[in-house]
Amino acid sequence: MKIETTLNGCPRNVDVRPGETLLEMLRRLGMYGVKEGCGSGDCGACTVLLDGRAINACLAFAAKAHGHTVTTIEGLASGDALHPVQQAFLDEGAIQCGYCTPGMVLSAVDLLRHHQQPTDDEIRRAIAGNLCRCTGYAKQVAAIRRASESESREDA
Amino acid sequence: MSSDKQPGFRVVGTNATKVDGLSLVTGRPKFVADIDLADTLIVRLLTSPHAHARITAIDTSAAEALPGVACVLAHTNTPTTRFTTAGQGYPEPSPYDTRLFDSKVRFVGDFVAAVAAESQEVAERAVRALHVSYEQLPAALSIDDALADGAPVIHDEPDAQGIYDALHNVAANVDIDVGDAASAFDACPVVVETTCETPYAQHTPIETHLVHSALDGDGRLVLRSSTQVPFHARRIVARTLGLPLHRIRVIKPRVGGGFGTKQEILLESIAGLVTLRTGRPALLQLTRHEEFVSSRTRHPMRVRVKAGAEKDGTLRALEMEALSNTGAYGSHALTVLSNTGSKTLPLYNKASDVHFYGVAVYTNLPVAGAYRGYGATQGYFPLETAMDQLAERVGLDPITVREKNHIRSGESSPIFEKLGEGREGVAFSIRSCELPRCIEIGRQRIAWDERRGRRNREGNWVHGLGMSIHMQGSGIPQIDMGAATVRMNEDGSCQLLVGATDIGTGSDTILSQIAAEVLGIPPSHVVVTSSDTDTTPFDVGAYASSTTYVSGMAVQRAAEKVRGQILDVAAGALQVDREALSLEDGRVVAPDGRSASLAELCSRATHVVDQFQIEATASCVPEESPPPFLASFAEVAVDTETGFVKVVKYVAAVDCGVPINPKMAEGQVEGAIVNGIGYALTERMLFSSRGRVRNPSLFDYKIPCAADVPEVDVVLVDSYEPTGPMGAKSVGEIAINAPIPTIANAIYDAVGVRLTATPFTPERVLAAMREASEAP
Repeated sequence: MKIETTLNGCPRNVDVRPGETLLEMLRRLGMYGVKEGCGSGDCGACTVLLDGRAINACLAFAAKAHGHTVTTIEGLASGDALHPVQQAFLDEGAIQCGYCTPGMVLSAVDLLRHHQQPTDDEIRRAIAGNLCRCTGYAKQVAAIRRASESESREDA
Repeated sequence: MSSDKQPGFRVVGTNATKVDGLSLVTGRPKFVADIDLADTLIVRLLTSPHAHARITAIDTSAAEALPGVACVLAHTNTPTTRFTTAGQGYPEPSPYDTRLFDSKVRFVGDFVAAVAAESQEVAERAVRALHVSYEQLPAALSIDDALADGAPVIHDEPDAQGIYDALHNVAANVDIDVGDAASAFDACPVVVETTCETPYAQHTPIETHLVHSALDGDGRLVLRSSTQVPFHARRIVARTLGLPLHRIRVIKPRVGGGFGTKQEILLESIAGLVTLRTGRPALLQLTRHEEFVSSRTRHPMRVRVKAGAEKDGTLRALEMEALSNTGAYGSHALTVLSNTGSKTLPLYNKASDVHFYGVAVYTNLPVAGAYRGYGATQGYFPLETAMDQLAERVGLDPITVREKNHIRSGESSPIFEKLGEGREGVAFSIRSCELPRCIEIGRQRIAWDERRGRRNREGNWVHGLGMSIHMQGSGIPQIDMGAATVRMNEDGSCQLLVGATDIGTGSDTILSQIAAEVLGIPPSHVVVTSSDTDTTPFDVGAYASSTTYVSGMAVQRAAEKVRGQILDVAAGALQVDREALSLEDGRVVAPDGRSASLAELCSRATHVVDQFQIEATASCVPEESPPPFLASFAEVAVDTETGFVKVVKYVAAVDCGVPINPKMAEGQVEGAIVNGIGYALTERMLFSSRGRVRNPSLFDYKIPCAADVPEVDVVLVDSYEPTGPMGAKSVGEIAINAPIPTIANAIYDAVGVRLTATPFTPERVLAAMREASEAP
């Protein structure tokens, strides 16, 4: 079937196969930043934004994107300017292997859009669905805190 | 905290930005599967439903007849050479007991066949169309089963090599003596003893094992693999498939986590054989379920420690007996077992008489392999429990007992020489040890003197404090080898080619920092190419805490040679004696103030006078394995109603020599501590009575998420290791060993029960508390 969706700001008409997941469709379209870690919604590596909210792309059918906007990590930066969360991940040393990074960053973007001054506990809960085996989460929490501070400065 | 650079260094000791950070944070296609797969065959596996069985027949005709199926591989049509999946230095100390596909399966999850097809759907349908007949055999599903009289012989094949005692299911055996421990115990007024068990556990990298294979234009096999050991992978695939080594190229792109499990050559030969048979590219990736069932695990162990001491707490004798379960194949069986003693017992070198012995046993359960900590994790649990018991018996603070007995700078341990990895070790003395400062810093940060032994209560929650101390190593002396090539570009930048394998650890970054330090250039002027067997020099790969120490020294040496060549060029250009020149901030400066930039000098050497390529390769085979040290402290709260254990605060003070990149070193410690907390509190593979994994998903096998863990307070306590590159030692593994004994000791402080089996689940804690309260 054909669906109409907005992918990273661009309107797209996409042929999707019956049963195809959003994760499979996005990777087929070259959005390789969407990672598969489990295929069952447990690890969060495939997190994308559907109308701005973080979802597990492995649990959504591709057809669910019909009439909605999808943002993947590829669509987050504006040209060469990284999103504040991306920049903070770099600056805080929050990336090790980087496999969970796109999903974790997008969960943080969702959090900060809806919650400008989260506490550390709120940050930890917001990324609780994004498993990371490398970092122990300390630097990722610090990065999201830093991004929230820089965003609220920009707003002021 | 530690962001200030080290005195005397310009680049080393700074938090240089991760060289691959930008590409990873923007999701660029850097991993094995991040390619257009339109023309690629998808490979799926059939695995054994039985713990122990012979395959009496396999009918592949229905599968092969399906449209879109390109190739079916099984024991009937594949090479029969036995090998080890353990990616270790050659000759590997693990037995050659594995075939690509065998006519006998030895655990639920053992590979039976592989199907390559045009799509995943077709491949999966073809796997279901394979008809296999099995003759089931009695299975040994525990160490005790496997060692019992009349136990089924798991490796009865005549062509296996290197098994210690196949008839009795013993894959490996270790027995070393220093002095005479048995007699020494008789003379000890205080003896304590404990036995601790650690279960099957998994690495769970978020990216599962995978490999993409293809032929290049010359018909050579190109394997893009998520591996920690590209050079070992090339050699083991060559052996398995009977190919000349030079007909194989292994490339490691970015790797989505390893932790030891990708030190195994699991999939490369299967995908490679599909490509050789069909001429087509092939992708083989384990599902998460297969990762749990068919890949690798930590060796479950039962380890007994006996410690004998004087009344003042001074150790005289130590005995450690380790029973290790290596599962169905002997991957890393001997070396993990050896490290259970060799990375733990030297810490307490005041014990003059030491006995370490044990066996690694085959069972019909999943295959154990390398896992960060590598045996030391299992050994430190009883050792550090015993030290707390000793402290209690002699009436000393647990810190004091450790301070009386731990190894110090200038000292050695006979175990370094007696016990290496699969053979005798290498004698050396400790040259850097800031463990006393680590202990002191941890003691203050956790408020040890104020909060320990208080049993502070908040409702049902009782608080307690625990600590433990640790050492590991830095590479395997006289075995590990890393090499590096440094090549100057005409603009004064340099190419750094290393076999070293960055699996997310940041080694590409810290190695570029070392080169930049020597060459007087910013790290951004170092272009790193790593882990490609066609283009980079040899390196054993990412394991044994070796990369910073071994590969880093190779980089330092290669860069120093290149520096010498640059000074030679400058001596000609500036007409000054080479010895009078200095190289700093991208320029070579003469005593009279004249100078030339690296760009001018490299351009001169490339294009103008006495032209040559400024370039050098250097290798490092270490003579020593200087241990990093760690003092670990935790405050836990135990819910006396439910038995639930919560880690409230964690402090890890680490001496890793000079941290090349402090933030990355902290990240290694933070990640290892949290992985260790998972192993202490929640992680355990569960099995059915027939050997099937009952919790093969990230939903049922619980690794810590961000909301589960406290912030870990990591303190890097600098020392200077004179044999290391820029004073550095390792930091990758050590911290994973700490949480189990630290938390166990903290639980004891809180509620007075000693837990001797992980994970410390609420059920176990509650049961131990009830037992203690019912005891007379």
